[in-house]
Amino acid sequence: MKILVCPVNGPRVVTEFVYWGEVRQMPDPDRVSDDAWADYVFNRNGAPGVKKEWWCHAPSNTWFIAERDTERDHVLRTYLPGES
Amino acid sequence: MPWRLLRFALSRKYPEPRIFAAPRELKRHYDVVIIGGGGHGVAAAYYLARDHGITNVAVLEKGYLGGGNTGRNTTIIRSNYLTPEGVQFYDASVRIWQQLSEELRLNLFYSTRGHFTLAHTDAAMRTMRWRAEVNKHYGVDSEVVDAAEFKRACPQIDLSCGGHAPILGALYHAPGAIARHDAVAWGYARGASERGVEIHQGTQVTGIDVVAGRVRAVRTNRGTVETGRVLSAVAGYTPRITDMVGLRTPIIVHPLQAMVSEPMKPWLDPILVSGSLHVYVSQSARGELVMGASLDPYEVQSTRSTLDFVEGLSAHMLDMFPFLSNVKVMRQWAGMADMTPDFAPIMGCTDVGGFYLDAGWGTWGFKATPISGKTMARTVATDRNDPLITGFSLDRFRRYALTGEKGAASVGH
Repeated sequence: MKILVCPVNGPRVVTEFVYWGEVRQMPDPDRVSDDAWADYVFNRNGAPGVKKEWWCHAPSNTWFIAERDTERDHVLRTYLPGES
Repeated sequence: MPWRLLRFALSRKYPEPRIFAAPRELKRHYDVVIIGGGGHGVAAAYYLARDHGITNVAVLEKGYLGGGNTGRNTTIIRSNYLTPEGVQFYDASVRIWQQLSEELRLNLFYSTRGHFTLAHTDAAMRTMRWRAEVNKHYGVDSEVVDAAEFKRACPQIDLSCGGHAPILGALYHAPGAIARHDAVAWGYARGASERGVEIHQGTQVTGIDVVAGRVRAVRTNRGTVETGRVLSAVAGYTPRITDMVGLRTPIIVHPLQAMVSEPMKPWLDPILVSGSLHVYVSQSARGELVMGASLDPYEVQSTRSTLDFVEGLSAHMLDMFPFLSNVKVMRQWAGMADMTPDFAPIMGCTDVGGFYLDAGWGTWGFKATPISGKTMARTVATDRNDPLITGFSLDRFRRYALTGEKGAASVGH
């Protein structure tokens, strides 16, 4: 089974984790146009590449960021938000 | 081997006929370029030629014909969806399917089995009643049956499902069917090829030239071709193609895995689906159980498969059919499902002139092959969305007008 390294709990099996999509910057809802807001709500970067993604270790509710090659399904590194 | 058969095989006079022509060179110009030689792409080419007289068409396929999701799905054909848009669209598809073998002059092994969607909870029963009523309203044969009636159709089932997910009833859809998926691609390819369409295998699109908001040319690993119209029908590769023309979409690619058992004597007549247990299963003409489950839980753009999948799906199969405990799994594989947030496809014209999308087919693309080919052909030929697909256009997201298709496969209710 695939192993993912939680920055707090160390290596755990991937079924303990929840994937929450790519890290994205929310535009200011008060200033942004309707089209740009719909783009933020729905559209995604679906092409393969090394992406920064939100993951959560569900048993401990630890939210962290994983850098993952989405074509090879290979995790390069994981860290807590705010670290880098 | 009989001598006469061997002589026939070695004969120059009776060579093995090619099912479709293999053109050597790309022409400099095509009226329409279709990216993706799967069922959807070749079906669109076929209907462009048959219904609209557009025959200067190239289908460009990176790998081989039907080697993507057309050859990787579990071949279930049905129309008992939930939204009015979905029900009407898939019903039109089933009607084409039912006479497609004759039309394409190729045995597609189209086999009407009846389709049960099992309900294990009161909430699921409620959804089944909802779906049945929507289906009946649009004239689709669909009804809710109780557990005893389902047991009569499938006596081998353990109705308690191991005690933890007892079956309360099911949505029964008599026209539910399976077909031989490779033959679908071959049949459409031959029909298109006979009408002048060129099918280029081993031809990868590397770029699309857009000038002043309109498609001008398609670049490939075998040279550049000029064209004013491009149809993208590439399923899990869609984001890579839309990036070439600068189009943003909500598509995220998840692997969808499947497996088959060793062949057995025929025992399972209907097609079964359980949303709660994440199982869909039918028995093929070869006697193999063809089984699928739910999507992989995170984005991956490859066709790798996992042991977790086989373990999880086998456990749920044994909940339903404990007697299968000694049956072996023969093969497993995966396809790349291009998922949309509302579980409906993305079809039709786009903001880029002459660029048409046939995408977002996630876990529900095979059954739509004929109707998507037909409606996309009309859309490309007239540069206007076919009335049947207006609910599936890409701009529905900009308008917040989603088509929530909860009747899709591998969607929990």
